[in-house]
Amino acid sequence: MPLFQRCRGDRHPRTYVRRAASVCMDDAEARRELLAVLTENARQETADVAIQLGLSEERAATLVEALKTEGVLRGYQAVVDWGQADVQHVTAELELNVELDRETTYEDVARRVVKFSEVESLRLVSGDFDFAATVTGESMNDVSHFVAERIATIPEVTQTVTHFVMETYKDRGVEFESREDDDRLSVSP
Amino acid sequence: MSRFDSSDRVASVPPSGIRKYFELAEEADDVISLGVGEPDFSAPWAAREAAIESLERGRTSYTANRGMLELREAIAEDVAAWGLEYDPEEERVVTAGASEAVDASMRAFVDSGDRVAVHEPTYVSYRPTIVFAGGEPLAVPTTAETEFVLTPEALRAAGADEAEVLVLCYPNNPTGATASRDELADIAAFCREHDLLVVADEIYASLTYESDHISIASLPGMRERTVVVNGFSKAYAMTGLRLGYALGPPDAMRAINRIHQYAMLSAPTTAQYAAVEAVRSCEDDLAEMRSSFDRRRRFVVSRFNELGMNCFEATGAFYAFPEVPALFDGDDEAFAEELLREESVALVPGSVFGEGGEGHLRVSYATGMDGLKEALSRIERFVKARASGSSEASSSVSRSR
Repeated sequence: MPLFQRCRGDRHPRTYVRRAASVCMDDAEARRELLAVLTENARQETADVAIQLGLSEERAATLVEALKTEGVLRGYQAVVDWGQADVQHVTAELELNVELDRETTYEDVARRVVKFSEVESLRLVSGDFDFAATVTGESMNDVSHFVAERIATIPEVTQTVTHFVMETYKDRGVEFESREDDDRLSVSP
Repeated sequence: MSRFDSSDRVASVPPSGIRKYFELAEEADDVISLGVGEPDFSAPWAAREAAIESLERGRTSYTANRGMLELREAIAEDVAAWGLEYDPEEERVVTAGASEAVDASMRAFVDSGDRVAVHEPTYVSYRPTIVFAGGEPLAVPTTAETEFVLTPEALRAAGADEAEVLVLCYPNNPTGATASRDELADIAAFCREHDLLVVADEIYASLTYESDHISIASLPGMRERTVVVNGFSKAYAMTGLRLGYALGPPDAMRAINRIHQYAMLSAPTTAQYAAVEAVRSCEDDLAEMRSSFDRRRRFVVSRFNELGMNCFEATGAFYAFPEVPALFDGDDEAFAEELLREESVALVPGSVFGEGGEGHLRVSYATGMDGLKEALSRIERFVKARASGSSEASSSVSRSR
């Protein structure tokens, strides 16, 4: 991290002003930038992330810790193209409709559904159905059985529609086959 | 003897110094290139779709010489952020890249034998363009001491008070330097005092970090003597679509358009449709690219300083301009060649970009973060190996005494 950093308004005359780098970026801005960097690639050393954002390593580490504690950062995972992996893996997008009563809320139903390890994601959505879930298994049979025996049998669930994923083109911002090569000249003016 | 003896003007211009490094890089294996002068992103998808749609609709004709009015109006939105206001009908010409706008400006305002001041180090095309127009380039060196920003003292020392035109390029290629309002005001005062026209190439204006871009044309008394050149190549990653523009008072644009209408007729139509969409709906893409460049910039500048390769905090474009380590004795060409041979990292020696560039290296960070990290690790290994080699050599000399 540079010891000397210029901030807005310090441009003239051209002398370096000694000040903490953190003066340049407020917490809200730093958090936003941190999330952008980690969303792009979470496998970076805190020191590297700090340099990119012009923060001290300590401040970057503190901000990351705060984001974790507050439940903003929930985890770091690999984006896997299962079609390329030599592993049996089936994914289905599941639509769920539920019927609620005075004692049962969406939250209550969701709490039960998320407990299954087969459920990779669960969201309450607007539109024709209530929940959108992503469900995984080793085979279509596995997923079908799971939906029929574990999800459809939940008393509040009135309907399930299962869409098996046939091909994935993009997942969490990562294009699987972008077909965009870097065809730039290796050195140019 | 060939029938095609080139004209004296063409013969007087040497091939670009960059060519040699391109050829060396092409010969090497596993090269990480920090020598690329264009973004590593592709044009925003919405802009590309607009280009495709224009082709599907058969929009393959010429446009108006000065460019589609819709685009000239869209440009107004783009430059308003820098306090620039130009009439779409009379004060804007859309060109085939900013390069055509620079070329047309020279041919429009430079008479045979006119001196044209160019601060250096700078983009390699200005000098040849001036010569092709019949002018005489006058180099005005800038140095690391002013972080490569032009000063009235440097202009005076070089004799620029006798020049007709000043070519100004901030944010700068190759240094990444930007000029503050005060610094531009000093340059503007000099130009007014000595009646210089200014051709301000602001192609990297959107890639300004830490503060907003200031155009010299927005300063008092400068609009009437400045042609602003800009384009879509760097901001919207559309280099190959070849689209730029010139902005200036009606008489300036009439002169530029007279050349443009005979030499080019109109800028590429497909690119114009892409550009309209880029300005209208791709602000987020631009912001994302800029943030990404900014993060890489901080990383690269910081790493070079860690390695002891003094690197001022460049705040524009996508270039850093570190010094070669002391043990290379200022020989930027030797550093670049040996680094490429030993560690397969390509960059461009600063001396290629004119006076004041020697002893420095142009490092383009238009390369993904992983590539940058690996390149900097290789440079570190190279520099350390040289440093330990030279200290072993000096200790063996002292032992032998």
